[in-house]
Amino acid sequence: MIHFLLLFSRQGKLRLQKWFTPLSEREKKKVIRDMTMSVLSRPPRTSNFLQWRDLKIVYKRYASLYFCVGLDEKDNELLALEMIHRYVELLDKYFGNVCELDIIFNFEKAYFILDEFLMGGEILETSKFAVGGSVEEADTLQETMEEYMSKPAY
Amino acid sequence: MMTNLSRTSFTILDDSSPFLASLRLNMPAPIRLRELIRTIRTARTQAEEREMIQKECAAIRSSFREEDNTYRCRNVAKLLYMHMLGYPAHFGQLECLKLIASQKFTDKRIGYLGAMLLLDERQDVHLLMTNCIKNDLNHSTQYVQGLALCTLGCMGSSEMCRDLAGEVEKLLKTSNSYLRKKAALCAVHVIRKVPELMEMFLPATKNLLSEKNHGVLHTSVVLLTEMCERSPDMLAHFRKLVPQLVRILKNLIMSGYSPEHDVSGISDPFLQVRILRLLRILGKGDDDSSEAMNDILAQVATNTETSKNVGNAILYETVLTIMDIKSESGLRVLAINILGRFLLNNDKNIRYVALTSLLKTVQTDHNAVQRHRSTIVDCLKDLDVSIKRRAMELSFALVNGNNIRGMMKELLYFLDSCDPEFKADCASGVFLAAEKYAPSKRWHIDTIMRVLTTAGSYVRDDSVPNLIQLITNSVEMHAYTVQRLYKALLDDISQQPLVQVASWCIGEYGDLLLSGQCEEEEPIQVTEDEVLDVLEGLLVSNLSTPVTRGYSLTAIMKLSTRFSSVNRIKKVVSIYGSSIDVELQQRAVEYNALFKKYDHMRPALLERMPIMEKTASNGPTEIVQTNGETEPSVVEPKHPPPINQPASQGNDLLDLLGGNDVPVIQTTMPTKPASAGGELLDLLGDLSLGGPAPAPAPPAPTSQPPFLLDGLSSQPLFNDIAAAGIPPMTAYNKNGLKIDFTFERANPNPNVAVITIHASNSTEADMTDFVFQAAVPKTFQLQLLSPSSNVVPALNQGTVTQVIRVLNQQKQQLRMRIKLTYTHKGSAVQDLAEVNNFPPQSWQ
Repeated sequence: MIHFLLLFSRQGKLRLQKWFTPLSEREKKKVIRDMTMSVLSRPPRTSNFLQWRDLKIVYKRYASLYFCVGLDEKDNELLALEMIHRYVELLDKYFGNVCELDIIFNFEKAYFILDEFLMGGEILETSKFAVGGSVEEADTLQETMEEYMSKPAY
Repeated sequence: MMTNLSRTSFTILDDSSPFLASLRLNMPAPIRLRELIRTIRTARTQAEEREMIQKECAAIRSSFREEDNTYRCRNVAKLLYMHMLGYPAHFGQLECLKLIASQKFTDKRIGYLGAMLLLDERQDVHLLMTNCIKNDLNHSTQYVQGLALCTLGCMGSSEMCRDLAGEVEKLLKTSNSYLRKKAALCAVHVIRKVPELMEMFLPATKNLLSEKNHGVLHTSVVLLTEMCERSPDMLAHFRKLVPQLVRILKNLIMSGYSPEHDVSGISDPFLQVRILRLLRILGKGDDDSSEAMNDILAQVATNTETSKNVGNAILYETVLTIMDIKSESGLRVLAINILGRFLLNNDKNIRYVALTSLLKTVQTDHNAVQRHRSTIVDCLKDLDVSIKRRAMELSFALVNGNNIRGMMKELLYFLDSCDPEFKADCASGVFLAAEKYAPSKRWHIDTIMRVLTTAGSYVRDDSVPNLIQLITNSVEMHAYTVQRLYKALLDDISQQPLVQVASWCIGEYGDLLLSGQCEEEEPIQVTEDEVLDVLEGLLVSNLSTPVTRGYSLTAIMKLSTRFSSVNRIKKVVSIYGSSIDVELQQRAVEYNALFKKYDHMRPALLERMPIMEKTASNGPTEIVQTNGETEPSVVEPKHPPPINQPASQGNDLLDLLGGNDVPVIQTTMPTKPASAGGELLDLLGDLSLGGPAPAPAPPAPTSQPPFLLDGLSSQPLFNDIAAAGIPPMTAYNKNGLKIDFTFERANPNPNVAVITIHASNSTEADMTDFVFQAAVPKTFQLQLLSPSSNVVPALNQGTVTQVIRVLNQQKQQLRMRIKLTYTHKGSAVQDLAEVNNFPPQSWQ
C-alpha cells in the first residue's frame, strides 16, 4: 500500500499531503522534512527511487512540483510511476493544463480528485474518465449560494 | 485555467455578494478562501506571513465561537490551507465534525476533508464521527455515501471499523459499482485494522470477479490479495479463482483498444499488475495453480511491449511472479533473461529494479544470474548511488572460485573510486570473498594489502585481528607480507588499520625483513635502525591513535629478541615509562621490568606467535584477545607450542603410536582474557626455570616471599596443600636419561593436573637438542609448556624441567605416551615409551 503522498515545490513548500497511516503531527512533519530534503538533493540523472527506513520512495518531478509517494517493500515501483502520472493526468483534465498555481488555489479540489482515485493507500479507480466524471458530478451537488442559504444546516 | 470551476466559484467558499454580508448585521463576512490564499502569498517574509495567519486565525476562532453555521465551511477550508503551511489547526477539529453532520453537501465535503487532515485515531474526538459516518453510509446520495466510505477507509480507527464493518459489508454487496469499489477498499482497511473481522466479508466476495467494471475488479483483487496474505485458509479457499483470474488477465491482453483504460497501448496496467500479484500469492508452493498460470505468464513475458515504462512495470511484476511460484525451468530462465535485458536498458529505474530483483533470486537461481555477471559489474560504474549499492551487493553474491580473480579486480577498482559510504561494506565484502575463494596465499595477501592501502581508514575494527590471524597462518608468506607492509608504511601512516597490522607484522617478522628472505619479490635492503625509525615514528606521530601506539611499542619490544639494537630499544621503552597515556605507560613499565629483572625470560616471552586457531568467523575468537587493546603484550597467556615445533610434529607422534585412542597434542591457546597482572602470575607460575635440581618431594609451601616476581625457583607456584600429597614418580629411565614426574592440582580448576617433568642425565656427555613430547588419550586434554632448556647436562649436574597440564574432565585413568629425542655424543637418539604408573591421586 501507499503510506503517503506528498506534493512539494522546488523550494520545499508543501502543496498537498495525503496520509494513509496514522501518524502524529510531529511524525508527519518529520517525514515531510526528510522527503523534501532527500528528494530535492538528488543529483540529476539518478533513478526515481530511493530507500527510506523500510519504505520505497518513488518521486517524479512535473514542472515545478515534486510528487513523492512512500510504498511498501512489496509494491511495484515502476507501476507507482504510472500511478503518479495518472494522477497528474487527472488533474490536468480537470483543471485544463494544470499548473502549480491551480493546485495552490484549489487544493481542496486536488484532494477531491485524489480521493476518487486512491483510497486507503490503494488505487480505487483505473478508468481515466470515471474519476473525473465522479468529481464533476459531485461538484454539481455543491449548493449555490441560494440553495446554501435556504437549506437548513441540520 | 479553471474551466470546471465556474459553478463552484459561487459556493459559500467564494461568494462575496453583499446580500450575504447584510444578513450578518453589518459584520464583515469572513474573507474568502482564494482571497486569503492570495493575501498570504504576498507576504515577503516568514514573519509577515505569520502575522497574517495569526490575524486570520483569531477571526476564525471568534467565528467558531459564535457558532456561525453560514461561514463554518469557508473558515474550515481556510484553516486547512493554513494547516498545510505548517500552522496549528487543532481548534478546527470539532468544527469539522459539525460540518460532517450538516445536511449540505458542500459542508460535508469540506468537513470530511478536514476530518481526514486534522483528526486522527489517537484522539478520542474522532469517535464522534462514527455516528455521522453511519448515517451517511446509508444516505440517499451515493456521493455522500462515498465521502463516508472514503473517510472510514482512509483513517478509520479500530473502534470505528468494528462499529461500522456491518455497513461496509452491506455496501460490498450492492450492485452500484461506484459504491461497491469503495466498499471493497474500505473493507481492506477494516481488515488491516481489525483482522478478526475478515471472515464476515467472505460471503460478499463470491461474485466480485464477475464484475465488468474495472474499478470494482481492481479493488476486488486488492481485497482478495489482502485476505489471502493474512490467512492461509483464505488462501486455500481462493485458489479456485486462479482460472478466472487467468481469464480476466487474458482478456485484458487480447482486448482491443479501450480509451478509458489505455496506457501507451496497454489496457489497464494497474489491474494487470494486481492480478499478477494475486496469482503470485496463489501459485506459491502449489503445483496445480502454478501450472494453471504458466501459459499466461509466458504470454505476458513474451508479448508485452517494452519501449515504455508501463510495459516494463508489467514485465517486472511478471518476473517476480514467475520466480516465486513453482514455474518450470524454461519459464524461470525466461524471467532471468528479462532481468538481464533490464540491466541493459537505458532507463535507470529499470536497471534499479532489475538489480533489486536479481539480488532476490541470486540464491535460488545462481547459475542463471551468473550469466549476467558482466552487466552487473558494469553497473558498479553507474552514477546512481542506489544502483551502485545494489550492483555491489549482487557482485559479492556472485563471487565464486571460478571468477574470483576477475571479480576482485573490478571490486577493488570500485573500492578505489566509490563514495565513502560504500567503502566499509565493500572492504568487508572483499575480505570475506578473499577468505572464501583466494586462489593462492600470495593473492590473498596482495588483496588485503590493496584494501588496506586504498581504503585503510574505512576498514572495520574487527578486520585488524582477523587479518593478523590470516597472516600468521600463511607461514610461507611472512617475509613477503612484512616487506609489503613495511613499504606501505613508508608511504603512508595515516590509515590506522593498515598501520596496526603493519606494526604487528614488523614486530613479529622483523627478522625476516632484515634478512631479506623474500622469495616473492625483490627483497628490500633495510637496516635495523631504519625499521626502528619507522616504528618510533608511529609512536610520535599525531596521526597515530592510542591503540596504534600500543601496537608499535609492543612491536619495538618484540624486535629486541630479533634485532641486535637492544640498547636502542631499551631506551625507547624506558622513555615511554613516563608516558601520559596510561596504557602506553603500563606497557613500557612492564617491558622495562622485562629488561631489568627478567632478561633471561625475554626470548621465550617474545617468541614467534604460534598459528592461531579460528573458532568461528564472526564470533569471539582467541583473536579478540589480540585486539589492539590487549595485544600483543608480553603479558599475554602465550604458551608457545612444545619447543617451537609446528603442529605436524604432533601428527608424527600419532602416526608412530598408531591406534585411535591417542589424540593430537593440544596446543590451543588458553581462552583466559589477557589481563596484565594475572597473566604474568600464570606465566611465571607455570614456567619452571632451570635451577638446582629440585627435590622430587611434594612441594611444600616454602618460605618464599609473597611477591611472586621474586624468588622464583623451580617449584611451581600452584601449591594446593590438599593436593600436595600426590607422590612423584619416575616415568622413564633408560640409557642414563631419567624423567621424573611431580604433580600438583592447578588452582582453581581441580580437574587439571599439573605435572612437572624433571629430566636428568647421568651419562658423561650432555644430551643436547633435547625434546620431550607427550600424547594422552582422547578423553584428556594436554598442554605442554616451554622447557627450561634443551640441554640436559651430564652427570646429573642439572635438570631440564617442563610443565605439562592435563585436563581430566572425565576423571579417567591417566595414561601417557612419550617420545624423547636428543643428541648424545654426536648421534641422534630417539625413544618412545608408555607411562602407565601414574599414582591414582593424580587423576582421581
